[in-house]
Amino acid sequence: MTDFRIRKHPILPIPQRKSITFYWQGTALEAQEGETISAALFANGIRTFGHHPHDGAPQGIFCANGQCAQCMVIADGRPVKSCMELVKPDMQVMPLNGLPVLPDVNEPIEMKPIPQLDVPVLIIGGGPAGLSAAIELGKLGIHAVLLDDKHRLGGKLVLQTHRFFGSTNAVFAGTRGIDIATRLEKEVRKYPSIDVWTQSTALAVFSDQRVGVLKNGEDYILVKPQTLLVACGAREKFLTFKGNTLPGVYGAGAFQTLVNRDLVRPAEKLFIVGGGNVGLIAAYHALQAGIGVVGLVEALPECGGYKVHKDKIVRMGVPIYTSHTVLSANGTDRVESVTIAKVDSNFKPIPGTERSFECDSLLIAVGLDPVNEFYLKAKEFGMTALVAGDAEEIAEASAAIFSGKIKGLETARSLGYEIGEIPASWYRTGEILKSKPGKVTSEQLPEVRTGVVPVIHCVQEIPCDPCSALCPHGLIDINNRDIRSIPQFIGNSYCCEVCERCVAGCPGLAITLVDYRSNPEKPLVSIPYEFTRETIKATDVVTVLDTEGEPLGDLEVYSIHSIPSSDRTLVVQVEAPIDIANRIAGIRIQETTITQPMDEYVDHVTDDVIVCRCERVTAGQIRSLIRQGYRDINEIKTVTRAGMGACGGKTCTSIIHRLFREEGIPVDEIVESTKRPIFVEVPLSAFAGEDRKES
Amino acid sequence: MTSNTHYDVIIIGAGSVGTPTALYLARAGYQVLVLDFGASVGQGSNKKAIGGIRATHSDPAKVRLCQRSIEIFSTWKETYGDDIEWYQGGYCFVAYRDREEKILKDLCEKQRKDYHLNINWYDSLDLLKMIPDLNPNGLIGGTFSPEDGSISPLLAVHSFYTNAHQAGAKFQFHEPVKSLIIENGKVIGVTTPQGTYYADIIINAGGPWSREVGAMGGVNIEVHPDSHEAAITEGVAHFLDPMIVDIRPAEGSSNFYFYQHLTGQIIFCITPNPPAWGMDQRETSNFLPMVTRRMLEVMPKLKNIRVRRTWRGLYPMTPDGFPIIGWAREVDNFLQVTGMCGQGLMLGPGTAELVVRIVQGNTTPEDEEILSITSPYRDFGGQEMLK
Repeated sequence: MTDFRIRKHPILPIPQRKSITFYWQGTALEAQEGETISAALFANGIRTFGHHPHDGAPQGIFCANGQCAQCMVIADGRPVKSCMELVKPDMQVMPLNGLPVLPDVNEPIEMKPIPQLDVPVLIIGGGPAGLSAAIELGKLGIHAVLLDDKHRLGGKLVLQTHRFFGSTNAVFAGTRGIDIATRLEKEVRKYPSIDVWTQSTALAVFSDQRVGVLKNGEDYILVKPQTLLVACGAREKFLTFKGNTLPGVYGAGAFQTLVNRDLVRPAEKLFIVGGGNVGLIAAYHALQAGIGVVGLVEALPECGGYKVHKDKIVRMGVPIYTSHTVLSANGTDRVESVTIAKVDSNFKPIPGTERSFECDSLLIAVGLDPVNEFYLKAKEFGMTALVAGDAEEIAEASAAIFSGKIKGLETARSLGYEIGEIPASWYRTGEILKSKPGKVTSEQLPEVRTGVVPVIHCVQEIPCDPCSALCPHGLIDINNRDIRSIPQFIGNSYCCEVCERCVAGCPGLAITLVDYRSNPEKPLVSIPYEFTRETIKATDVVTVLDTEGEPLGDLEVYSIHSIPSSDRTLVVQVEAPIDIANRIAGIRIQETTITQPMDEYVDHVTDDVIVCRCERVTAGQIRSLIRQGYRDINEIKTVTRAGMGACGGKTCTSIIHRLFREEGIPVDEIVESTKRPIFVEVPLSAFAGEDRKES
Repeated sequence: MTSNTHYDVIIIGAGSVGTPTALYLARAGYQVLVLDFGASVGQGSNKKAIGGIRATHSDPAKVRLCQRSIEIFSTWKETYGDDIEWYQGGYCFVAYRDREEKILKDLCEKQRKDYHLNINWYDSLDLLKMIPDLNPNGLIGGTFSPEDGSISPLLAVHSFYTNAHQAGAKFQFHEPVKSLIIENGKVIGVTTPQGTYYADIIINAGGPWSREVGAMGGVNIEVHPDSHEAAITEGVAHFLDPMIVDIRPAEGSSNFYFYQHLTGQIIFCITPNPPAWGMDQRETSNFLPMVTRRMLEVMPKLKNIRVRRTWRGLYPMTPDGFPIIGWAREVDNFLQVTGMCGQGLMLGPGTAELVVRIVQGNTTPEDEEILSITSPYRDFGGQEMLK
């Protein structure tokens, strides 16, 4: 049987955990202590967890975040979300086919009162924004409770193996997301005034200004803060296409969770939809985990993410299809292939351009929406409330860190603390960090062919400056008033001492060094490499490519080494012909065979474009209502049940809006559906204050 | 924009009462216009209802109106083709103390004798045979009325609406009625921000908002809304037939009830004590802890079901707990059909048929008995045995 665990990773440590046995449909399987049921199932190659009661559609992991209920299984007789529940020794896990049977309860239930807590500050969300805010409050000695629904603080940072962009001074740019999480957490835990509650989910903000919290995953508590700071981050948008709910279709966040947190390979061959930073980085994470990336489609003519991210994955051998869309995910019980097509300027698929690719997973990364419902409720109920990070405005994590810092101080001010003026430059830095990628200039390759020449393959204005801090002689210059400017090497070819820190440290893997000194006709080119050492060795022949992924030739590897400051990035050197040496930007990682289209495209005939995954409502149903004149989303909900399911409209709401847009309905005619608590489903016993001491 | 369109009847309020009324009036051949401030049908209190339908009341008005409603709901799918999720699971009022045993037994006897309702008292062992998941500790027994049931309020009102629409009734949403046009002591029309509409008869089906509507015609409508909170769980395999009602008062509440809807979801609600008077519909933090505790005392099995959503809605209460159905005396042609005290859904279709007979002027002696109980001008001094 194939092993679906990630046993080696270039960046992530692989913890040694105790092996335990659990049962899936009566068959004994191996799991690791401390992992979720879903991780254990994935590690054993099981990706279909049950079938929907409404239409028998196969169900599996979708959000991997406790928000939906697609991954429900029956564990020891109880219906549970497999992505949140830890697997236990000898646990009997069964698929959930149809509605779960509620287990009998014969013993009386002891109940205790629901505790109430008054605190100066409640921060919802322990990601980059929430942690940064907590640090500022901690420095001032202000008592705050910081909630996070996961076992570990850091939010999505803990899933990021790449070095961060942004400002070295302001937000740890150049450090990997996982390491930023550790640093922020360590600092937060230094401050005695900050109470950290992990595995604790905010469920609702009530009109009596109390926030209902499920603490430690089971104890319900009502918290009344003087100031509420909402830093819940973002949720992923979803997309409508045929077969869009087959197991194997994931959000990018779910995929990163499975790969980088759970250390399982949910896929062998992955296809990605969406060329923003999230999709591009997910491609990179997949490759690092040893997962093939068959291709990536982007509906726009250009990827929306940073060019360095895009260039990097193209060089690694991932084809990017711009002006393309996904038509269908095909397969019976799981994804077996994907069909894509070119789109015209109105984003309509062009007949005759369909192509299918074999893949077992399809990753959707088509943008994010703020998780701001707690903030909106708090404002509605007259609370003092602030919002930070993605919950306020979608941007990079670096921007969230800085936003959290500012909002932390503003929170202190809301409590009457004298904090002085928040410097205007902070707000400006905040704005810069949030900025979208700017203009692209054409690449200027250095003409000098003597000495040592750094080549910076970075031609787009983005908020990023780590390279300028890496050169010990300060020879990489970025305008310090605006870190979005393009870096320039300001030395001559005799200044560089080949420390290779810039090569190993650029978050975009966009700096190479060409060393002409030993053999001017065959200079040595240093190239960054973030895969395991086992994947490459000296004398291997590798395909080298230019910035945009054009192959330049096949060359022998001269050496592989790390440098003291490199933090898990390797440097690969090749001896290159002089005419291509300064054009080399990277090495192809992936064989081209995996990216070939199938001989014929797969025509997906079933009309199974799902809008509401929880209640299995199709796009056809919703469109038909829109065409009949329905404008109140509440009424659409009444008729179809879209939004009545477990997730509470978290996934379908934005799709319904898109369908309205596609049908040409002006926004001001649409009536938004009423949003109601609670945020995630919680067992009734929690609200009743069940005392589980004995059990 | 002013419209000079003339209708036979204008109904103010497209809720649990106004919508079926529109359907039956339209089917009786009347030109009907329904005006509502909401964006679509049932967006006021209908969608807050939990869906319980029973005829087992304690007065002839509600008993007869709801008996007719049950006939309509239970045959709805066959008649109109729309599934409104009718399920005839019955109602069970449980008794864990002597006080409730006595109340329920007395009431049961009256319901059987006076109204020939299908309801019986069962001692605990027999009751547990029917509802094995009730907490047996301290259970004395309870009443069970198998003909009662439940529907989806949302689907029902929507089906009334689409059928009314097909029958020719006109619905205009986003249109709050701002004033009534009165001439020579007769109500002849209404104005909204969008226009003016005329009709021979104006019906006030405004539920919690009906007091304001009545006042536009100089009529004092004794409707004083209070609010109740409710919640719904995930769906689980069917295990519970009847609505379970526990009338024991406890701190903060006078009773609570829950049932398993046809979708497998448990829907539950509590009656706050003291009542939460007013129009506030914002969720409070008290509700879930208060109601779930009581539910687990009655049915421990519910502890593992997961709560999905919670909301708060309005009950258009009258001082005596009976509806207000009848003509205004201050002005002519102004019919009040409101004050359903949280039972608008179950009273709706039965009441709607009664309204047609009132409008047609051919009420029966039985109708007149009902209307004497529901008169807007009664003294409101009585009290329903069991609200």
